[in-house]
Amino acid sequence: MPMRGLLPFLASRLIRAAIALWLVSTVVFVVMRLSGDPVPLLLPPDAPQSEFARVRAELGLDRPLPVQYVVFLGNVLRGDFGQSIHFRQSAFRVVLGYLPATFELGLAAFALALLVALPIGVVSAVKRNSAVDQATMALALVGQSAPTFFIGILLILIVSLNLGLLPTSGREGWHSLILPALTLGAFAMASIARLTRSSVLEVLRADYIRTARAKGVSDVVVVAKHTLKNAAVPIVTITGLQFGTLLGGAVVTETVFAWPGIGRLAIQSIYNRDYPVVQCTVFISAVLFIVINFCVDLLYGLLDPRVRSS
Amino acid sequence: MFVALLVVAALAAPMIAPADPIRQSLRGRLSAPTLSGADGRAHLLGTDHLGRDVLSRVIYGARVSLLVGFAAVIVGGLVGATLGLVAGFRGGWTDSMIMTLADAQLAFPFILLAIGIIAVLGPSFPTLIVVIGLSGWVTYARVLRSQVLVLRSREFVDAIHALGGSVARVITRHVLPNVLSSLVVIATLELARAIVLEATLSFLGLGVQPPTPSWGGMVHEGREYLDSAWWISTAPGIVLMLTSIVVSRTGDWLRDLLDPTLRGE
Repeated sequence: MPMRGLLPFLASRLIRAAIALWLVSTVVFVVMRLSGDPVPLLLPPDAPQSEFARVRAELGLDRPLPVQYVVFLGNVLRGDFGQSIHFRQSAFRVVLGYLPATFELGLAAFALALLVALPIGVVSAVKRNSAVDQATMALALVGQSAPTFFIGILLILIVSLNLGLLPTSGREGWHSLILPALTLGAFAMASIARLTRSSVLEVLRADYIRTARAKGVSDVVVVAKHTLKNAAVPIVTITGLQFGTLLGGAVVTETVFAWPGIGRLAIQSIYNRDYPVVQCTVFISAVLFIVINFCVDLLYGLLDPRVRSS
Repeated sequence: MFVALLVVAALAAPMIAPADPIRQSLRGRLSAPTLSGADGRAHLLGTDHLGRDVLSRVIYGARVSLLVGFAAVIVGGLVGATLGLVAGFRGGWTDSMIMTLADAQLAFPFILLAIGIIAVLGPSFPTLIVVIGLSGWVTYARVLRSQVLVLRSREFVDAIHALGGSVARVITRHVLPNVLSSLVVIATLELARAIVLEATLSFLGLGVQPPTPSWGGMVHEGREYLDSAWWISTAPGIVLMLTSIVVSRTGDWLRDLLDPTLRGE
């Protein structure tokens, strides 16, 4: 019965996701209230007092706070974050328009991280303590602790400016995607490589691998057939979690490379004082993040029935 | 070693910095690293687009980084420790509320929330310290809570209660000594994270505001001049990267040394 226990597991994860979303929207609301009166931003400074009162009533700002809170939650559920001050259209539509670029960047970073990290991790584990192992693990350590924005700056300096290989910024064609994807994926790449290495090492120490080796099975077959399959579960989990973290890094990477995604939109909207767009970006990122984590949990629950009970 | 050097540099910045970090010089702009610049002074790391000495700014930047970093660790540690102790001792509804909050925060890229909050409240030192500090309270809370839960099940704690001993006594005599080494490890790792987060926010223009020199802000200012004056961005960036690597390695090392149980987390 592989599906046993899956429903309660699903339900508990759903409740968790809902609570997280509610908390995020509440924080957004509180911060919005702290930010003071948005009406002067919407009207010319010489507008008459009656005009201020009219707009205030229109936005529902004259009602008591608890009422405003309920109205706000209702609006959020309908995807209504108000009008963008800068773009003069619905903030939700604006953010949706910038979303594909972020997805493209995120997927590319993720694919690149996996493609590079998995082979490196396996080779490091098999050739343990060799020069290759030590060099890649040192590099992974740097990748894990170096700030994302500086990795981006270094890549621009070396690859774009000194070697003249790739464009420094913008989104035109696949070669403008490489450096941002590498920058955004660096942290995930380093973590996945280190984790792959330790998972494979752990499996290599197991009894059944020793048995296989004793039977005379070659190293390549041992690694390919037995090790990778058993090391897959922890790798899948961490990989999934990394995918969520990529979203946070997108803000920095998109700013460094002038990549037209929602991260850069958020920063620009802050400079433009376009708060509806800022709130909407924060909220949509939260939703994405929570949905992705939910899917990862689900995948994990399917792969490894033991986690359902915990 | 490196950390000690940084602390000394930060404390003694006015004495060792070769120049005033915010003094501008029109004639000495964008000078490459040199021993005798256009203004007749040595600029070991060159000057930036306003003619300010990069080395001096990096040294003063260490002040900002360490100040915000340490303060944020203290804020996060106090909040986390308090919530963890409360969750552990009170149990029940309070406990599950605090822990749900912790889960929710861990499940969210905090930088987005930080950006939203700072965007609205405006960047300032206190806001920055509180936001960065609050981003890291969860780990402290978890460690203290689980320690309290472990101790609560022991008889001697009941005995202390029966003899009229206070909760404060249990905390200071039994809980804290047991988790001290874990707390030191967490605080070190948090320090590295706080320094990088401050630099990132400053790089985005949401952290320390110019003309105060901060490493992240300097990397941002130098971005425009990467092609012609690479040293403006790279000098503070490399120092920042080294700091982050050294501090987090120190944390890893302390963990292996003091607290093998935390390994692999």
